[in-house]
Amino acid sequence: MEFLINQTFNGLSYAALLFLLAGGFTLIFGVMKVVNIAQGSFFLVGGYVGYTVFSLTGSFYLGFLGACVVIGLLGITLEHLFLQDLANQNLRMMLMTMGMALFFQDLSLVIWGGNPVNLAVPIYLTQIIRIERFNFVIFRFFMIGAAALLFTILWWIQKKTRIGSTVRAAVDNAETSEGLGINVTLVKMGVFGIGAALSAFGGVIACGFLALYPGLDFELLPYTFVIVVVGGMGSLTGALVGSIIVGIIDNFGKALFPEFSYFTLFVPMVLVLAWRPTGLFGRK
Amino acid sequence: MGGLEFRSRLVFVLLGILLALIFLPPVLPNYFVILLTQSLIYAIVAMSLDILVGYAGLPSLGHSAFFAIGAYVTGILVTRFHLGLETNLFFSIVIAVGTSAIFGLLALRAVGTYFLIITLSFAMIVWGVANRWFSLTGGDNGISGIPRPNLFMLGAIKSTLYFYYLILFFFLVSSLLIFLFVRSPFGKTLVAIRDSESRMGVLGYNVWLHKYLAFIIAGAFASLAGCLYVYYNGFVNPNVADLAHCMKIVLMVTLGGPGTMVGASLGAFIITLIENTISVYTERWVIALAIVYVLTAKYAPRGILGLLKEFQIRGQKA
Amino acid sequence: MNPSMEKTTGLAIECHALTKRFGGLEAVKQVNLSVKAGERRAIIGPNGAGKTTLFRLISGEFSVTSGNIKLFGRDITQMSCFKRTYLGLGRTFQITNLFNTMTVLDNLVIGAMGLRKTKFSMLRPLSTYREFYKRAYRVLESVNILEKQNEIIKNLSHGEQRQIEISLALISNPSVLLLDEPTAGLSPADSMMMTAMIRRLEPTITILIIEHNMDVAFQVADQITVLHQGCVFAEGDPIEIRNNSRVQEVYFGGEDRSC
Repeated sequence: MEFLINQTFNGLSYAALLFLLAGGFTLIFGVMKVVNIAQGSFFLVGGYVGYTVFSLTGSFYLGFLGACVVIGLLGITLEHLFLQDLANQNLRMMLMTMGMALFFQDLSLVIWGGNPVNLAVPIYLTQIIRIERFNFVIFRFFMIGAAALLFTILWWIQKKTRIGSTVRAAVDNAETSEGLGINVTLVKMGVFGIGAALSAFGGVIACGFLALYPGLDFELLPYTFVIVVVGGMGSLTGALVGSIIVGIIDNFGKALFPEFSYFTLFVPMVLVLAWRPTGLFGRK
Repeated sequence: MGGLEFRSRLVFVLLGILLALIFLPPVLPNYFVILLTQSLIYAIVAMSLDILVGYAGLPSLGHSAFFAIGAYVTGILVTRFHLGLETNLFFSIVIAVGTSAIFGLLALRAVGTYFLIITLSFAMIVWGVANRWFSLTGGDNGISGIPRPNLFMLGAIKSTLYFYYLILFFFLVSSLLIFLFVRSPFGKTLVAIRDSESRMGVLGYNVWLHKYLAFIIAGAFASLAGCLYVYYNGFVNPNVADLAHCMKIVLMVTLGGPGTMVGASLGAFIITLIENTISVYTERWVIALAIVYVLTAKYAPRGILGLLKEFQIRGQKA
Repeated sequence: MNPSMEKTTGLAIECHALTKRFGGLEAVKQVNLSVKAGERRAIIGPNGAGKTTLFRLISGEFSVTSGNIKLFGRDITQMSCFKRTYLGLGRTFQITNLFNTMTVLDNLVIGAMGLRKTKFSMLRPLSTYREFYKRAYRVLESVNILEKQNEIIKNLSHGEQRQIEISLALISNPSVLLLDEPTAGLSPADSMMMTAMIRRLEPTITILIIEHNMDVAFQVADQITVLHQGCVFAEGDPIEIRNNSRVQEVYFGGEDRSC
């Protein structure tokens, strides 16, 4: 029982991290139909930027802010310069984003070096809560809380506000939206920026929770792919549910049968593909 | 017409290259022969991917998974059971075919972008299995100490040159088979399917079955390349199934020119060259590769052969 | 030779209570259709009446929500597209649907090969299978477009593409042919040629034709079925339909008569 609770809790906190990466990925896909391999770069470089801001200012929270702003703007710039012209051409976009990802990975190596970089998280977050026989690290609560909060905000914006419906209109029917006065190009750029910022946030968390190193971006991306296959491309809810499923299964897998743990991710993928090929919350 | 002239020029060039591949290596420096060997191995896997990407219109991004399966099966059989080349080749292909039969069933349930992501995910699963199934695959460390192959009648192939000719043999056989395949009735149906699935269905074709068979056949050739790779490299680790490796093969196909076969081999050669020579001059060879990705995506989606064809057509109009 | 070609009497197509729903929308509602072998049946109706959807149900591109379809007495409701072709069904598309990167000749060769085992042959070049090329030449000649055989489809005019469109449907020797607006986008002269060509087709072939061009429909058809909002609104021979004032209202008044 203790094992169950511990593993589930750890799995959930890992899921939170994965959601920040996969959520950004799926947001960008949902609005631009881009399979953004550089999403890992937003995560990684975001984490590094957060670390640098933290080193300069001493503030953990400024690190987050800095990361989100810088990477958000970076995302918008990249989209405008490189991706806008390649709309709807999957293979080209993947090659382009792959190139960007490699570029940023090497750039990170040059700027921050190859050694793992770890953010010194504020003391109060590293405390351990003891409940009966369990030890819960507060930072894990922070991760889960932050991810849940961000999800709720984005979900609420998407479903309940005019901005959300504007975005949905721009995605569903660009021509009509333009006719209604919606600047579809700006909308797409904006969502791209938000998707990038979301993953940057995740990067800062990873910097505090694990450690950053060039290569982490490519290590986490596979999880993202499995998550969007299970959850459905373009769906934020799907990313959340997918992240939880993947996070928990991976954690249990690593603990129970470490040699086959990656293989256990295959199971939800197969089930989803057999039953609902577009993912649990996917469209069409 | 422009197309015909282009093709006849291409045939001459190819003939020249073929003769060079056969007769030049004995006088080339060792380093270059090794480079050619690696290029030929990747040319095989690139051509196999071209069947799917360039001809059938199936962007199977996770194709490297079958390369990895071929490599690992051979690596395991050699280091544990000391089996010979022919046996390893056989098992590599059989297991890859079995895996692609399963992956294909699932992947073909997806359309469009989903297919891309799903095939990529399958490659990631193969990577993950290779990474974590420590007792079988050596995990992150991989499998090392694979000697050059023992050919049934000729004994151990130790020298660089003889090994090159062995690889050349497989390359020529694979090229011939794939060449015949894309010109065969079945090969042509793949191109037609790419152009219009709905029409094919109405003409009496079981479109799913054609795609499925193409997927499996392409996987078989990829595993052949993987098997040869591990003999070449002497070593295999999970990197042969990771995202970078998957995309690299896609880049080779695209850079050379999808749907031409020749393009895939050309792309394989160029990327292998870039990877191996630029690292001599700068540590930033990854950025060089990144630039190739970006330039190809932006300016040469139909590859170098596509650009050449365009220039020739434009030149004729002028 | 299709075994069903031997049946020149009896019903070629029967649809019974055929319904297709997309989410909340019923595109085809409880359609009953009986087409005799060798008959020429025109399906007309205003936009959105469900004509092409009906074709897609018959050809197998869309799955049926309820009801059934019979081809020469055989229930094909659950059959996949390509199996129906084996039973003698052929189709043209309203929006030209050809193999755009291939030549005219290659298009027809692929068409000729559709029902043959040769399509799985993987080592011999297609160009050595001369029987397909011979059939392709014959069909191209009958449609008067043989001289364009080596043109890539992309480079043909719209009218020429429509000719290839119908050639491709004919080359598999269908016993039931579904023509979806064969004269769509054609000039009056080309329309006349197309209509003449359709009228020259073998009397044993059953033809269902969707047309917006009333002249073509009335010239080709023995019987006309009028669809409106997914239901069969009226049926009869051309003279009856021409004189049916309710049909005229439906076209010009945009009347909402739910069936």
